[in-house]
Amino acid sequence: MGVKKTDIVLLDDKGIRCDGRKIDEPRNIMIKAGVLKNANGSAYIEFGENKILAGVFGPRDVHPKHLANTDRGILRCRYHMEPFSVSERKNPAPSRREIEISKVIKEALEPAVMLENFPRTVVDVYIEVLQADGGSRCAALDAAAVALADAGIPMRDMVSACAAGKVADTIVLDINNEEDQEGQADMPVAYMPNLEKVTLLQLDGVLTPAEYKKCIETAINGCKIVYEIQKKALKDKFFGDMSP
Amino acid sequence: MDDIKRKYVIPGDVITTGPYRAEENVNLVGDKIIATTVGISEIYDSGVRVIPLTGMYVPRIDDFIIGIVKSHTSLSWELDMRSCYPGILPAQDVFGRDFNPKVDELTSRLKKGDLVAARIANFDRSRDPLITIGDRDLGKIEEGELVKISPSKVPRLIGKRGSMIQTIENATKALITIGQNGYIVVSCEEPEGLLKALDAIRMIDEQAHVPNLTEKIQEMLGSNSE
Repeated sequence: MGVKKTDIVLLDDKGIRCDGRKIDEPRNIMIKAGVLKNANGSAYIEFGENKILAGVFGPRDVHPKHLANTDRGILRCRYHMEPFSVSERKNPAPSRREIEISKVIKEALEPAVMLENFPRTVVDVYIEVLQADGGSRCAALDAAAVALADAGIPMRDMVSACAAGKVADTIVLDINNEEDQEGQADMPVAYMPNLEKVTLLQLDGVLTPAEYKKCIETAINGCKIVYEIQKKALKDKFFGDMSP
Repeated sequence: MDDIKRKYVIPGDVITTGPYRAEENVNLVGDKIIATTVGISEIYDSGVRVIPLTGMYVPRIDDFIIGIVKSHTSLSWELDMRSCYPGILPAQDVFGRDFNPKVDELTSRLKKGDLVAARIANFDRSRDPLITIGDRDLGKIEEGELVKISPSKVPRLIGKRGSMIQTIENATKALITIGQNGYIVVSCEEPEGLLKALDAIRMIDEQAHVPNLTEKIQEMLGSNSE
């Protein structure tokens, strides 16, 4: 969609990428928990140029009632991009891409949330992308996991997400928008760091088996970096500067 | 009591490994005991649990709660009790055994917005919690100011053997009714005492994890009365 052929250098001789990062360096990440008053739990994340708000309600009554499950709760997720989140106005109606991302985020969070404790209820996760850059699904997942923990919903583990990919024949961590459009592969991964389980794995592009292995390892390392930041966000909100 | 080990945890944190009993808000994976919510973990005797710092009220049988009437059908009221489930108060409980839905109008006894002191009579996974007011000191609350605090901070507000709540009541001459669900009704004849009691309760809600809170509250109540 409107991709311009540019002459940007994705990776120079010194191993520095187009935005000045090293190959195993993520973008700047900032997470703040509990930013909204009316939601049960919320989080705001800045992941490079991504700016995303997540709000969580529940567990609460399911409406429409026929969606309710009698032996466990359900999780609903909406990923939505604001009309001003991209350079050309985005139609606010849910697009094919947003519906897909809502689904994959829901499925990435489901293994972590202990829905079996709350039969006949729903946990709603609303994600608003205020500003989009590459890798917004991972950033959205990171914010959603912090918002769920902020709401006090029992979770087996946090969910941390980060992408890796192939740019100029090199596996790099945390693909940005330019690298996503010009690069050779993009692999978003969501990971439960303490249980060591992957809950989301997508791949757009072609990788050899060796590259695939390296790519997933790189992405999981990224997830672990993100996890520390999520942890800090929650500890800052609940425990302040008190020593643990 | 002295050998309780406490730690701040978030979901996924490994509290300990070893032969401990996994109690509230923890998950046993292999030999690791993992926290499932944000809170303070406690290891005592042979058990491990997490006291949550956030989250909804989970109903338990025999809990004393304060509910707000949300709506009613011809047979029961629905109460909001800050849980994921509405509390069901059967009309028979209020009107007695000779309740007749054709004759008795439910709104004549409890209207939307009324406060009810009640007890949880029954609750399991398959049904909404059943509420009863058929006991001493239960029923409609006629007067008082409603304060909402986090349900996880209710034990802190009560204090050890009711020490905290007694401190506030003695200093302000207010009557404080505490529901396990975090709804609290304060009534006091003197407006000053009421305001002081409300401030104290809000302060406990905000600073529940701070040590020596009882002294701070005493200080605050003492300094205000001068």
